[in-house]
Amino acid sequence: MTFIAKPKIAHPSLPKNGLGFTRRDYEGALSTLCAGCGHDSITAAIVEAAWELSIEPQNLVKLSGIGCSSKTTAYFVSGGHGFNSVHGRMPSIAMGANAANRQLKYIGVSGDGDTLSIGLGQFCHAIRRNLNMLYIIENNGVYGLTKGQFSASADVGSKAKKGETNFQPPIDPVLLAMTLGASFVARSFSGDKSQLVPLIQAGLNHNGFALIDVLSPCVTFNDHEGSTKSYAYTREHYEPAVHADFIPLEREITANYGPGEALPLVMHDGSRIVLRKCEDGYDPTNRSAAQVYIQERMKDGEYLTGLLFVEPSQNEFHTLNGTPAEPLNSIPYEKLSPGAKGLEKILSRYR
Amino acid sequence: MEPTDTSHPDYYHRVVDCQWACPAHTDVPEYIRLIAQGRFTEAYMVNRHSNVFPGILGRVCDRPCEPACRRGRVEEKPVAICRLKRVAADHRDDVTALLPKIPKIKNGRRVACIGAGTASLTVANDLMPLGYQVTIFEQYGEPGGLMRTNIPSFRLPATVIDEEIAMITAMGVDLKLNHPIASMRELLASGGFDAVFVGSGAPKGKELKLPGREAGAANIHIGIAWLESVAFGHISKIGERVLIIGVGNTAMDCCRTSLRLGAKNVKVMARKPRGFFKASAWELDDAEEESVEIVINRAPKAFVVENGKLVGMMFDKMEYDLDAQGRITAERTIGEEFLPADDVILAIGQENAFPWIERDLGIQFDKWDVPHVDKVTFQSTRPGLFFGGDAAFGPKNIIWAVEHGHQAAISIHRHCEGQSVADRLAPGVNLQSRKMGMHEWSYSNDYAPVERRLMPHVSLKERFKKLNIEVELGFTAEAAAQEVQRCLNCDVQTVFTAKLCIECDACIDICPVDCLTITQNGEEADLRTRLKAPAKNLAQPLLVSAGLPQTGRVMVKDEDLCVHCGLCAERCPTAAWDMQKSYVHWPLAVDEARDLQAKEPKIA
Repeated sequence: MTFIAKPKIAHPSLPKNGLGFTRRDYEGALSTLCAGCGHDSITAAIVEAAWELSIEPQNLVKLSGIGCSSKTTAYFVSGGHGFNSVHGRMPSIAMGANAANRQLKYIGVSGDGDTLSIGLGQFCHAIRRNLNMLYIIENNGVYGLTKGQFSASADVGSKAKKGETNFQPPIDPVLLAMTLGASFVARSFSGDKSQLVPLIQAGLNHNGFALIDVLSPCVTFNDHEGSTKSYAYTREHYEPAVHADFIPLEREITANYGPGEALPLVMHDGSRIVLRKCEDGYDPTNRSAAQVYIQERMKDGEYLTGLLFVEPSQNEFHTLNGTPAEPLNSIPYEKLSPGAKGLEKILSRYR
Repeated sequence: MEPTDTSHPDYYHRVVDCQWACPAHTDVPEYIRLIAQGRFTEAYMVNRHSNVFPGILGRVCDRPCEPACRRGRVEEKPVAICRLKRVAADHRDDVTALLPKIPKIKNGRRVACIGAGTASLTVANDLMPLGYQVTIFEQYGEPGGLMRTNIPSFRLPATVIDEEIAMITAMGVDLKLNHPIASMRELLASGGFDAVFVGSGAPKGKELKLPGREAGAANIHIGIAWLESVAFGHISKIGERVLIIGVGNTAMDCCRTSLRLGAKNVKVMARKPRGFFKASAWELDDAEEESVEIVINRAPKAFVVENGKLVGMMFDKMEYDLDAQGRITAERTIGEEFLPADDVILAIGQENAFPWIERDLGIQFDKWDVPHVDKVTFQSTRPGLFFGGDAAFGPKNIIWAVEHGHQAAISIHRHCEGQSVADRLAPGVNLQSRKMGMHEWSYSNDYAPVERRLMPHVSLKERFKKLNIEVELGFTAEAAAQEVQRCLNCDVQTVFTAKLCIECDACIDICPVDCLTITQNGEEADLRTRLKAPAKNLAQPLLVSAGLPQTGRVMVKDEDLCVHCGLCAERCPTAAWDMQKSYVHWPLAVDEARDLQAKEPKIA
């Protein structure tokens, strides 16, 4: 939190994207989170990703629930649409908005409380429907807004700021999503933008539900010794399993990858994700093998990070339901509304 | 890169671009903040400590601080530092009680200063409070040197000069007016002086030896001598058509003075194109505002004299080839041109001249007849004899003469105390946190997006009525209040403590000008390309931290465009960043005296 607004002045050599915007044009209101909050770094990564993708701000929808994490949608792309919903109900709002207009890009920001406790059911069903959105969990293991109680993602043995230990096993959003059949599952760390930014870009371009679980230390209530989600602990235990480079449609692959080092995956819009394997034998396109591997490493106390599983060809919600391609607000009223006679006809089918 | 040694006194000093560029190291941001608080007297005294003549310099300083100002890099125009100095001088209260106290009991040492100009007056200003008896010999009837004789009164009113010189002479200086020194030998032989300081300026205008120079002599004037005659009222008229040869600041003073003495058509003749002009940009603007025509690419060829009277001048028309950097690669003459004139003023430079110094006194001169003067101690080859101001290294600006005076005063004191003049106190820097609360700083850290204020001028109709109508009116209260907010407070430094950093990226994300990066260490050239915004300005240093505790990477700050908004420190959860005011301690004679006194063996 700061008392002055971030000055509008910028570095004169700041580059511009395809729309003529600088990164600064993708910022939002000034954050009122604690100084040093991991969430602010994630916000900066979203700004960077949206700028690089040349997303038109009016084509971005920002959705959130309740919690520290859910405040952050105000802090990026102030030109986008926003909806701050009821606690844990963000997926429903996303569902409704997405059903009405599939041409916008949807980004939901939630926390471990909002997603894994009060909103767990909504979260699961959004995955099940393969709703076309990027869902970011800003995961810090505590309820920061209510002064640091353990959340559902707190690890066994992790110590709270006042010293008590957590004994309940955590819900891991990555494993949960994989079990539910999610088509894009990633984990990252707020302190590693070189990994996080391409993941956000890939997630925004993925045709279906894209989950990024971002370890985001709570600097006020969960950054002490004994915590398993502090900056220091995360740095010691996070392990990039696979690195994803996102390559938009209009750009050539220029980086040099040795034979067998890289696996290019084509997304539905023709853009590509190039996966660079850091871990021997890890295959992020094999769901069951990936699941086993993540679990094994978790037992060793490692946070496996990167694009852990991806399946670009799955059908998303609209394809499954045969809905029209154009947004409902651009369909003529006569076509959209069946009229009294039409309604009568439909109802008669159920009589 | 090795971690930056911020304990070196130059590191933080350099970050304060204006203070680093100022020869006298004036604490500019400090006095601008004082003006912002309406504390004009204190602002004046901060200035006076370093530059001795704030009222004078606030009008006519050459302002090396302004091109250096960081604001000029962040946006287009620098802070109007010089004009703000004048604001402090214009609005201050009586400062008599704040001036150094002069001891009644003298220390028994006598110093002679030759010439009552900037340098000598500064020497007196620094030595009188230490108990010295200083005698200044001045050839004219008024003190001030070139400040009085060469700067026209419509730029620098005599009252301002009188007031600031009086602060020094009132210390009890023995000012001997109308007392030219004809022989250094006699002065030295008269005895009684423990040290002699030569601050006699560069009083000889350069000559232009062309055909017709002798025949037309009555209407051909040497710029600085002519300005001097105008200043003392010996000349009060000039012809209708005037040509000024040369395009430096003296030329600007000559053309504008001519307009006030009856000239109707004044042309400044430049040999080269505009980029090569020596005059300061603002002086050119002020002259052109008064309809002075600056004619480029004309090389003087001959003075044309008919019937014993100057009728004009012949010029070669020049043409130049420039390379991409704007340097001249070739030049040629493409014809000639005659311009009619009633008077010609030569303003092509000046030099120092010492016909009154005998060459067998142990004072060595080089082949250009310039004395050998040490660049640090200002001592000549004869111990106890010092040079300063334009007399030392040829024509420079007032602010340089002030610094020469400060340094010479230190040398004189060390010399009189029997100490080596070369072994001087080193400069230092003190840092003091500006943190007041969670997100509160004791300076105004918000960036004010205000454009540079313009200086209001007396109307073109009014200003020519009298020679001494000051053209610049000074900032209004409103303009000053806005201009002070443009200062970026570069002296409130971003101080980093590596061992506290948890690498949360908060500072990097919030920095409005992308000057922070956490990255793997490397060589400077490589590191400069890997920052969040590439650090292309090689004149500005990088601040590189020690290895950070968690990953061993380093925090790198490119000092170039930092606006000192303090957001990095506000966002830092561990106070690894702090905003601390740097006080640059640039020793003066009084500090040297205190230091020597402290080292003296005490009698038990």
